[in-house]
Amino acid sequence: MRTFLIRRLLAAIPLIIFVTFFTKAMLVLSPGNFLDELRLRPNISRDYLERMEQKYHLDSKNVFERYWYWLKPAMGGDLGDSFITAAPVTTLIGQRLLNTLMLTGAALVFSWALAIPLGVLAGVYRNRWVDKLCSFISFFGLSIPGVFFSLLLILFAAKTGWFPVGGIHDQINWDYMNGWQRLMDTLWHLVLPTIVLGTLGMAQYMRQMRSEMIETLSQDYIRTARAKGLSQRRIIFRHALGNAINPLVTLFGLSLAYLLAGALVTEYIFAWPGLGTLVYEALRDKDEPLVMAAVTMLVCMLVIGNLIADLLLAIIDPRIRLE
Amino acid sequence: MPDRRTLEEASREVTAERAHDAQPIVMERAPGEAVVETLPPAAPALATPFNEAALALAARGRSPSEIIWLKLRRNRTAMLGLYILIALYLAAVLAGFIAPYKYDDADHDLPFHPPMITRIHLVDEQGKFSRPFVYGISPVSGEHATYNEDRTKKYPLRLFIKGSRYHILWLIHSDVHLFGVDEPGRLFLFGSDIVGQDIFSRILYGAQVSLSIGIFGIIISMLIGMTVGGIAGYFGGVTDFLLMRGVEALLAVPSLYFILILRQMFGTGLSSMQLYLIIVIILAFIGWATEARVIRGMVLSLKEQEYVLAARALGFTDARIIIRHILPNTLSFVIVTASLSVPFYILGEVVLSFLGVGIQEPEASWGNMLSAAQNPRYLSDFPWVLAPGVFIFIAVMAWNFLGDGLRDATDPRTLS
Repeated sequence: MRTFLIRRLLAAIPLIIFVTFFTKAMLVLSPGNFLDELRLRPNISRDYLERMEQKYHLDSKNVFERYWYWLKPAMGGDLGDSFITAAPVTTLIGQRLLNTLMLTGAALVFSWALAIPLGVLAGVYRNRWVDKLCSFISFFGLSIPGVFFSLLLILFAAKTGWFPVGGIHDQINWDYMNGWQRLMDTLWHLVLPTIVLGTLGMAQYMRQMRSEMIETLSQDYIRTARAKGLSQRRIIFRHALGNAINPLVTLFGLSLAYLLAGALVTEYIFAWPGLGTLVYEALRDKDEPLVMAAVTMLVCMLVIGNLIADLLLAIIDPRIRLE
Repeated sequence: MPDRRTLEEASREVTAERAHDAQPIVMERAPGEAVVETLPPAAPALATPFNEAALALAARGRSPSEIIWLKLRRNRTAMLGLYILIALYLAAVLAGFIAPYKYDDADHDLPFHPPMITRIHLVDEQGKFSRPFVYGISPVSGEHATYNEDRTKKYPLRLFIKGSRYHILWLIHSDVHLFGVDEPGRLFLFGSDIVGQDIFSRILYGAQVSLSIGIFGIIISMLIGMTVGGIAGYFGGVTDFLLMRGVEALLAVPSLYFILILRQMFGTGLSSMQLYLIIVIILAFIGWATEARVIRGMVLSLKEQEYVLAARALGFTDARIIIRHILPNTLSFVIVTASLSVPFYILGEVVLSFLGVGIQEPEASWGNMLSAAQNPRYLSDFPWVLAPGVFIFIAVMAWNFLGDGLRDATDPRTLS
């Protein structure tokens, strides 16, 4: 177990280096830097601009050199200060990261909580109306573009007034709310983005769950269980479900990257202050330290997520041993 | 046929590897129902939903591609997808002819005019039937985007009406449009957008961009994927290790972040053609990784075949063996994956244009048309700006239908 953890974390290091180097290279090779906008203003002296350029090593177009200037302090845990706000990037990212984790976590719960029962139902009652309904939902979920779906839900929210059209909490009354009200308000704002982000995953899991269930139910040991006279409920929940659910845990690890990519668009449309909108804005403003830090966080999140998926699988499936 | 069987095994490995694509064996689909009457009944022992015996009988003495077509044709959803796609791509090619207006033909006095598709009248004031016509538009003075029908002016719908000049694939130049109304009447079938451009026409022109990006993107990324996968699988060793680590790194990062980082490298102020090419290249650069990994897996098993050994013994070069002998065997898989991956490219363009870093106004694309809906007020007051989204949805769904059908049709397990 411990060797497994150590090996996995060591394997993540080249990945992080590769991705951050690539990102840095793209940033260095792109035309211009964050000073371009300041340069247009007449009240900013050339002297100041030159000093800034030297301070942040923007005068060098050597990718390796620039990467090293980032990597050296980063290895010591110092990810630098934002170019634009001059605040340490870690404080800028902290809250955003939590918001993104909240959104993706909610989307995961949403997709699993719907996909497993529906998938089981569809698998057990194959070719009946439940199954037809489920296959319609999953085709819908797989095909509807996130952008379009978000806009449809916003239209729905704007027309009915049942849900907020964006943001993470009420802008006006937030300061006057107590803890409980704040929680409810945030959850209320969370509903629509969660539905958008969770639908694709739900469709995939449901499909997978259905086909796993069908395959499991045709196994010999299920027939044996039937022959023993076990109830249908006991067969499904005690014998079939545990075996059918394994591949879904593997899917969970695979879907994390999709989820985070989808979160970017969803956050953007719903004005959700998460990591995705942060990266989008940082790229637009060419705020290099912020982009680098956000990308590092992103890769770390994926590595940890995949690790969790593997550990989960080992817990659920006793046949798998981590070595 | 030995190679056929191993391909089957390879594809089984492949499907096992891509867990999210995995299909249950045979049982998934039941498109055989309609066919049973026209073909001899299957033996009761073989009465699987797919009705293999009947199919095997029909498939006797046909080439593999004929068999695939036969299986595909029985799959109603797949054929529906195919017909929708043919219609959409035809509409995109003929956009100039079908669209009443050009994509940048703006009437600044008529922003956000509601769709007129429900306001095409067949009965005139006297209650008599007449040829389809629309009334003139009179903006309500002092109010933004509020319109009345001007009952004093009638504009009949004309076929083959002269309008702005256009070209079809740079080959045919003309100014005859399929339908339209005479100036100064305006026909906004799906309504107009913020500057008074016809959304229906822009959807057709936007289809040219959004749908072709899918095709070009998939071709480029399949070529890269086959090259890298072929080389990695065939040569193995260090080459394989390095290439596959690169692939894994590409797959490890959420694609959209990669796309945005790549996009900013090209900067701003580009022409629409440059932007189009950049989007295709960026999407293909991200997209080839999955393909490469799976093709490598297939090549690994294919290269152990006797016919590859024979080719080597004949002294063929490695390049020739890979290109002429190994890669063609992965083709059925490549086609299936390609059709299932096209939505990725279509949606990639949509997202990039929606975020404002893709196709720019006044050029039309489904993504940048949707970005008008970003303002919740516009969205709730003028919901017809969502029309391009419906088309994105239809196109993606059609590709999914066709891809799923092709996957079932090329699956050798359903036909022995």
